[in-house]
Amino acid sequence: MRARSYFVGAAFALLAGGMAHSALAQDIKIGEINSYSLLPAFTEPYRKGWQLAVEEINAAGGINGKKLVVISKDDGGKPADAQTAANELVSSEGVAMLAGTFLSNIGLAVSDFANQKKVFFLAAEPLTDAITWSKGNKYTFRLRPSNYMQAAMLVEAAAKLPAKRWATIAPNYEYGQSAVAVFKKLMSEKRPDIQWVDEQWPPQGKIDAGPVVQAVAAANPEAILNVTFGADLVKLVREGNTRGLFKGREVVSFLTGEPEYLDPLKDETPEGWIVTGYPWYSIKTPEHDAFLKAYQAKYNDYPRLGSIVGYQTIKSAAAILAKAGSTDPEKLIAAAEGLSMPSPFGEITFRKIDHQSTLGAYVGKTALKDGKGVMVDSSYKKGADYLPSDAEVAKLRPKD
Amino acid sequence: MAFYVVQFLTGLASAASLFLVASGLSIIFGVTRIVNFAHGAFYMIGAYIAFTLTERLSGAFGFWGGIVLAALAVAVIGVIVEMVLLRRIYHAPELFQLLATFGLTLMVEDLVVLIWGPDDLVGRRAPGFRGAIDFFGQNIPSYDLFLIVLGPVVLGILWLLFQRTRWGVLVRAATQDRDMVAALGVNQKWLFTSVFAVGVFLAALGGALQIPRDAVHHAMDLRTIVEVFVVVVIGGLGSIVGAFVAAVLVSELNAFGILIFPKISIILVFLVMAVVLIVRPWGLFGKPEAAARRTPGLTVNPWRPLTSNERLAALAALLVAAMLPLFAGNYLLTVGSEIAIFVIFAVSLHFLMSVGGLASFGHAAYFGLGAYGVAFLAKMAGLPMIVCLLLGPLLGCMGAAVFGFFAVQLSGVYFAMLTLAFAQIVWSIAFQWVSVTGGDNGILGIWPEKWAASPSHFYWLALGVAASVTIALRAMVFSPFGYALRATRDSLLRSEAIGIDAKRIQWTAFVIAGTTAGIGGALFAYLKGSVFPDNLGISLSVDALVMVLLGGVETVSGAVIGAIVYKALNIWLVSQTDLSKLVLGGFIMLIVVVFPKGIVGMLEMLAQRRRKSSPPGSPLLAKPIESAE
Repeated sequence: MRARSYFVGAAFALLAGGMAHSALAQDIKIGEINSYSLLPAFTEPYRKGWQLAVEEINAAGGINGKKLVVISKDDGGKPADAQTAANELVSSEGVAMLAGTFLSNIGLAVSDFANQKKVFFLAAEPLTDAITWSKGNKYTFRLRPSNYMQAAMLVEAAAKLPAKRWATIAPNYEYGQSAVAVFKKLMSEKRPDIQWVDEQWPPQGKIDAGPVVQAVAAANPEAILNVTFGADLVKLVREGNTRGLFKGREVVSFLTGEPEYLDPLKDETPEGWIVTGYPWYSIKTPEHDAFLKAYQAKYNDYPRLGSIVGYQTIKSAAAILAKAGSTDPEKLIAAAEGLSMPSPFGEITFRKIDHQSTLGAYVGKTALKDGKGVMVDSSYKKGADYLPSDAEVAKLRPKD
Repeated sequence: MAFYVVQFLTGLASAASLFLVASGLSIIFGVTRIVNFAHGAFYMIGAYIAFTLTERLSGAFGFWGGIVLAALAVAVIGVIVEMVLLRRIYHAPELFQLLATFGLTLMVEDLVVLIWGPDDLVGRRAPGFRGAIDFFGQNIPSYDLFLIVLGPVVLGILWLLFQRTRWGVLVRAATQDRDMVAALGVNQKWLFTSVFAVGVFLAALGGALQIPRDAVHHAMDLRTIVEVFVVVVIGGLGSIVGAFVAAVLVSELNAFGILIFPKISIILVFLVMAVVLIVRPWGLFGKPEAAARRTPGLTVNPWRPLTSNERLAALAALLVAAMLPLFAGNYLLTVGSEIAIFVIFAVSLHFLMSVGGLASFGHAAYFGLGAYGVAFLAKMAGLPMIVCLLLGPLLGCMGAAVFGFFAVQLSGVYFAMLTLAFAQIVWSIAFQWVSVTGGDNGILGIWPEKWAASPSHFYWLALGVAASVTIALRAMVFSPFGYALRATRDSLLRSEAIGIDAKRIQWTAFVIAGTTAGIGGALFAYLKGSVFPDNLGISLSVDALVMVLLGGVETVSGAVIGAIVYKALNIWLVSQTDLSKLVLGGFIMLIVVVFPKGIVGMLEMLAQRRRKSSPPGSPLLAKPIESAE
């Protein structure tokens, strides 16, 4: 019986939702896809971020006088479903461009779809280097700093550490693999004296943290690179704290300073890790203040990094659409290449050479404050400073 | 040396948490024969409720009390589920209960996010077990020691319960032969309910005890359920000691395996299961399953080819489907192609399950192999599309020939689990062999050639292949081979007595089903333009099972309807709502209760009822149906 009433209730919700969707023909539509049901911890703040952006854009008169409408779809974390959604957005809804995605393989699937169907695609979150380099195509742009850029930012700090014996812990899939590979390569270039003494590859989402922590400790490294995040990170940190893995060892960690991953750790936050992240509480720039104020006023909650990504994805899309003055994909590409625009992190540019934005990230150290994890001593690293030379990029990317 | 001791103890602690959940699943399966897919969901709810309680209640008593209260509360939920949902469907065809528990799992995944929010929750540490104990310079968390003790204690309590109480005697008797227990006048209803409650209690306790170690989040269930199932099967279904030994075995192999092969965890349990099942077909401590007493409905309601009127109706339906491009847009046509491809996939599994009586839990392996076959041929050899489509499925065929050979040596759930193990092994190869398969970033850019590129042309292609495949498999059902296959399904002993080489027939059926799935996969690669390890994954295998069960496992072609309904609904819901799992799960549970024989199975039964009420009728046909109920 319970099942039945849920079903009926949900059916009504669907009807209501369907009606809210209806948009006028002269509106400009953006099709947005993300893993809402699979990764709610990231995508909820992300959604709030882009909804705020849509509101701001339309309050300021829309795009060249036309109202902006974002039609959002869930991909359930599956590349095949993301393509179905992309197809619906393009074929049925007639959107001017696609945007969004979180997981790297989904980003790649949608980017391949965009290339095939000649649709503009602004990838929001996927970190894989392949999306702008080895599998890059002319229809795809990417907002977030890539794996390579984040690794380069961390290496800059890590290379200054005296540690010579390093171990790595990374989830066993493309993101973890390429993060470790780039970090090792850049690190060994700067510090040829470094030894890599152990590597652990727990399956994503299924870390058996006890044995992993023991195994790393047994190799007796002086420093550890961590790439795990989410629930895996929680388990790793808890086991590591209890077993004293982090005592007297430097830890460098991808993404751990993002509120999505740092906040759940509460009073177990390990101190002194060098991390990339988003210390919203200590950024004091006019751009960010404006964003923070608007976000907190609308949602009565603090922003996560996902909020920034969602907000800036739609802001960027709007800037591209406004400059192009058209929804023709070729004109959108021409408008986007080299386009600079403001963001809560300062001005960013979509590079012509590989369609990567120069959005950067904050690098700092973790600390405990009032029983909560925070990032301290953080500084903003501009994305443009952490990309390889144009000649190298040209070699990495296939010709259009 | 101290390191190895500590690593061993760490493995034991992992084993203890695994065992708690696995023992519950094992008991439930042993007695009720339910493949309880929702066991992971109960584990997850246990963790969530324990989180809430331990945050609210203070002090040591609050923590431990909260853990136990949470497990009890979930046990009550389990009792409600059993009484309201499962009781109605114990007499449905085998595995149908899987569908119900799958629907429940889907709903729970969305419900916990609605109730507890999207963030990962990190609970309190256990009072008195916060720190670690120093062992020759190595730290052992005291909570690990607590778990190491708890595992055997629970094992001991369960052993006493089963050996020393009347309830335990009944449970053991039912595990051995539940029909006999029923015949002796034991109230099965309450026995099943109580067993289900105990099993769910253990699952929830296992979940609640993760609070001090883990983060509580909405994907805990799937992370757990497959691994726990594997442990139960390695140990031998229904054997508590087996589950314990298997949990220790798997955990220790993992703890020491990662020292040599750091990437082993992703596949280890499945490797162990495959080896164990090939060497010991009933798991380490399991006993051969007693010859199942078949649901009479299967054998006395004989299948027949379509009458000429029905053939005309099917042809008309096909024609209507073929006219879709006249009025539908590109999006609908692409969805239509996807549904047609899933019809191929579903009928291939249906052939194996319904005609052969062999339920595969890893059928996506052959679908995915077909897709990868196409990807290799198109991207590496650069062959034209039509050649790829013809040759790609051969990879599925080869996979099925190799794995099928081992799988058909087993039967029932052991067969299902071995197919699952093989599928996971194939999946992990696709996932890990980055230089060839591209790893989880897949292979991109496999788009159809011009003649098939337009959505309407591709739709006609997919529809044509789906129709041909369905017709071919139907023809096979009514061929001598089909009769032989059905004979091995209905009675292995009798069929062998009349000279049917059962294993060879089943192996052939496995290869046919695998190749057919490969055809679906080959088309799928062109539809999506890319191939990912997802195409071989567990969730796709489960989708296929759901489609077959939804259509009706006792029908000749129910999977066609099951695939259309499930896939269309799934695509529509995902597009319309973020709560698609909640609605879809609710819908599946509704179907299970209203149509306990599947959609087509129920329609056929209604049609037969009508025939029965019309005057002379065939008494032979009508009576057994009642006994089947």
